[in-house]
Amino acid sequence: MSQKLLLNAKEINIILHRLACQLIEKHNDFSNTVLIGIQPRGKFLANRLAQILKSEYHIKHIQLGLLDITFFRDDFRRGEKPLEANTTEINFLVEDKNIVFIDDVLYTGRSIRAALTAIQSFGRPNEIELLTLIDRRFSRHLPIQPDYRGRQVDAINKEKVKVNWLEHGGEDAVYLVNN
Amino acid sequence: MSELSVNHLLGIKDLNSRDIQLIFETADHFKEVINRPIKKVPSLRDITIANLFFENSTRTKLSFELAEKRLSADVINFSASQSSVKKGETLIDTVNNILSMKVDMVVMRHPNPGACVFLSQHVNASIINAGDGAHEHPTQALLDSYSIRERLGKVQGKNVVIVGDILHSRVALSNIFALQLQGANVMVCGPKTLLPKYIDKLGVKVETNLKKALEWCDVANMLRVQNERMDMTYFPSTREYTQQYGVNRALLNSLDKEITIMHPGPINRGVEITSDVADSKQAIILEQVQNGVAIRMAVIYLLASKIKH
Repeated sequence: MSQKLLLNAKEINIILHRLACQLIEKHNDFSNTVLIGIQPRGKFLANRLAQILKSEYHIKHIQLGLLDITFFRDDFRRGEKPLEANTTEINFLVEDKNIVFIDDVLYTGRSIRAALTAIQSFGRPNEIELLTLIDRRFSRHLPIQPDYRGRQVDAINKEKVKVNWLEHGGEDAVYLVNN
Repeated sequence: MSELSVNHLLGIKDLNSRDIQLIFETADHFKEVINRPIKKVPSLRDITIANLFFENSTRTKLSFELAEKRLSADVINFSASQSSVKKGETLIDTVNNILSMKVDMVVMRHPNPGACVFLSQHVNASIINAGDGAHEHPTQALLDSYSIRERLGKVQGKNVVIVGDILHSRVALSNIFALQLQGANVMVCGPKTLLPKYIDKLGVKVETNLKKALEWCDVANMLRVQNERMDMTYFPSTREYTQQYGVNRALLNSLDKEITIMHPGPINRGVEITSDVADSKQAIILEQVQNGVAIRMAVIYLLASKIKH
């Protein structure tokens, strides 16, 4: 197994600030916007962005939720491993809200398809956008594209993109792993 | 690996403590789901489940059906009173006819102990036991333990007494197995005629004095006297049974602690439990019913995940 560093901590930090600025450009004070981290891995990115928006750009009011998509996935009973559920923490209705889905890697788009269905359980949003740190283009199974992307990566299918966070994995870094 | 060790839920006896842990953790997620504005997930949209009830039931049948529908499964219902069973069809024939309509899972209640085990050996579908005679009622025991865990934080080390008609109760047996697997101490309490011989061999304490039992316990699970299963007189009168084994407010007030009261339903108000106790905050009877849907969703989901596509 070999791995190549795609982004280091400094680069990730710059990207996170750029993404935060792009969000502000569109959503101003976030009064009608909610951020939804897609469980399990989108949680870290969502938390990080919310923290930057609050502390560095002084956005006072940010609604952040976590959405688990396990029961909405299209590969139930089809994989080798059983699906493991995570917690959903959405303590508000998303009726008429502008939602930003946040996930670390966009690959086939199937997770986002599941998330689009899952979020309907919490109301009918006004609009849904997608923010992703890594966009693995050319590998989509569905017509889904991000509205905000950190970095585009061209990787072949047997390669894996691994995102580590300081709070989960001990460092901020993105690797391309070749099995 | 988060997978059940079994392909059917025939009884608690077949499970291990990791299975119970997994069912509870999965039920936690489903409990969140059923409290959403839209309470449904699409996981089981390609699964068909047959509910076969060869014996009367309201709560369990509704609870299973709701759990199945919340998971988006297709559901067919069957009750023995309106079926060809009366015309002389055997159990295997009945079930195989239903399975030939491409059914993946069977939830069955049957008056004969072991009917589900028998079925699981002869038909090609995942079987869930919804009560077989006086043998087991595993989902009831799971939801009882889950409700204790919810109210008291954990099941391990708690003292639980099961009061009433132990002899005719499948709930009692499944509860004993489930509670012991999780490290609780179990006592049974009732008139001697309604306690099975050798029940102490299961490692449970046996008590015939209700006051002493309540003083010992953290949780009292009150069972109904199953008159419909009684083929002889087990106690002189209902009034006398109530005097000896009914829980009322005065009795609870005489204890030096507040215990949790459970009941699997249906309640005979004024017999094993008085109305003021059943409707008090000490009783978690309606929580049990709500948790029943979440537990059954978890069991169905986990078993369905083992049916290969």
